[in-house]
Amino acid sequence: LRPFGASVAFGKRALLATTCMGVALYTLHIFNRRGTCLFYKEWNRPSPSRGDLTQDHKLMFGFLFSLKQLVSKIAPKKGGFYACNTSAYKLNYFETMSGLRFVLCTELAAGDMREVLKYIYANIFVECLVKNPLWKAEDPITCPLFTQHLQNYLESIS
Amino acid sequence: QKAETEMSAVRLNRAGDTAFAKVEKVSSELFSLTYGAVVMQVIKDYEEVDATNAQLEKMGYNIGVRLVDEFLAKAQVSACQSFQDTAEVIAKVGFKMFLGVNAEVVKTTGDEFTLQLSDNPLAEFVELPEQYAKLEYSGMLCGVLRGALEMVQMRVTCTLVRDVLWGDDVTEIRVVLQEMLNEEYHDDED
Repeated sequence: LRPFGASVAFGKRALLATTCMGVALYTLHIFNRRGTCLFYKEWNRPSPSRGDLTQDHKLMFGFLFSLKQLVSKIAPKKGGFYACNTSAYKLNYFETMSGLRFVLCTELAAGDMREVLKYIYANIFVECLVKNPLWKAEDPITCPLFTQHLQNYLESIS
Repeated sequence: QKAETEMSAVRLNRAGDTAFAKVEKVSSELFSLTYGAVVMQVIKDYEEVDATNAQLEKMGYNIGVRLVDEFLAKAQVSACQSFQDTAEVIAKVGFKMFLGVNAEVVKTTGDEFTLQLSDNPLAEFVELPEQYAKLEYSGMLCGVLRGALEMVQMRVTCTLVRDVLWGDDVTEIRVVLQEMLNEEYHDDED
């Protein structure tokens, strides 16, 4: 997995980044069980993707899939992974039992983002999309209500 | 071990009540009448009882695949360890949360269970006339269970086996596990 840069630039870019709880957010992915990237939002990404984004999403999904399998095989007791760190960022992961995967990349100093991801699932995803008859489970998310609520929530808890 | 199952029954009941408290409620009469109107329309569209039964189940399936996310989001339940756990969670938390009624799990074996409803809000005020004696009025519930369970990797068949509308004492839905589905990930660039 390509790291997002060895050092985070605290310049103009960082000021524009969305923060929640004082934590800088880098990217958010939402995948369904099949691996389709339903939603992608980027706030701050110092080394932008070189290929096209679809390849990046596939890479992300494949990485998480393999990591999950690995973790469950070598885990001393039950419990999946919910975060992993590189030298540059922290990847926070939440998977629902219905196969939806929420992936939030934040700065290293982030605490436990599981409650944030659960909130996004329970109060924004379910309310705006699952209950929306026009949205089908394979479709990428283009619903403005969803993006608006998501943005409001993430900004509001900073 | 009996104490353990009693404890978890208490826990599930409490989870069911909490979940029920969290959801928006509608008038149960309105719900029953609306459902009745839906069934009437499907009968009108499909004319035959068998086709109607199939369509109600299918509609239930479409509801179930979405309902499961709301359930997982709102009900504070952990992952089930066995199919019997699944049965208890559906009966005590699921039915409570969405229909406001308690269901009982009866006749369980390893791969199947039966849900028994003494009170079915869908069929309130309903009597089946002679020509619709074979109608699975609450067949939509079977579809909902099938759709919801499929989203958590269980392929099941659900059948309405007894119905108050057919003259039985209780309404019963039999759920049989056909197979556990595995993680599917198809890499489509080969």
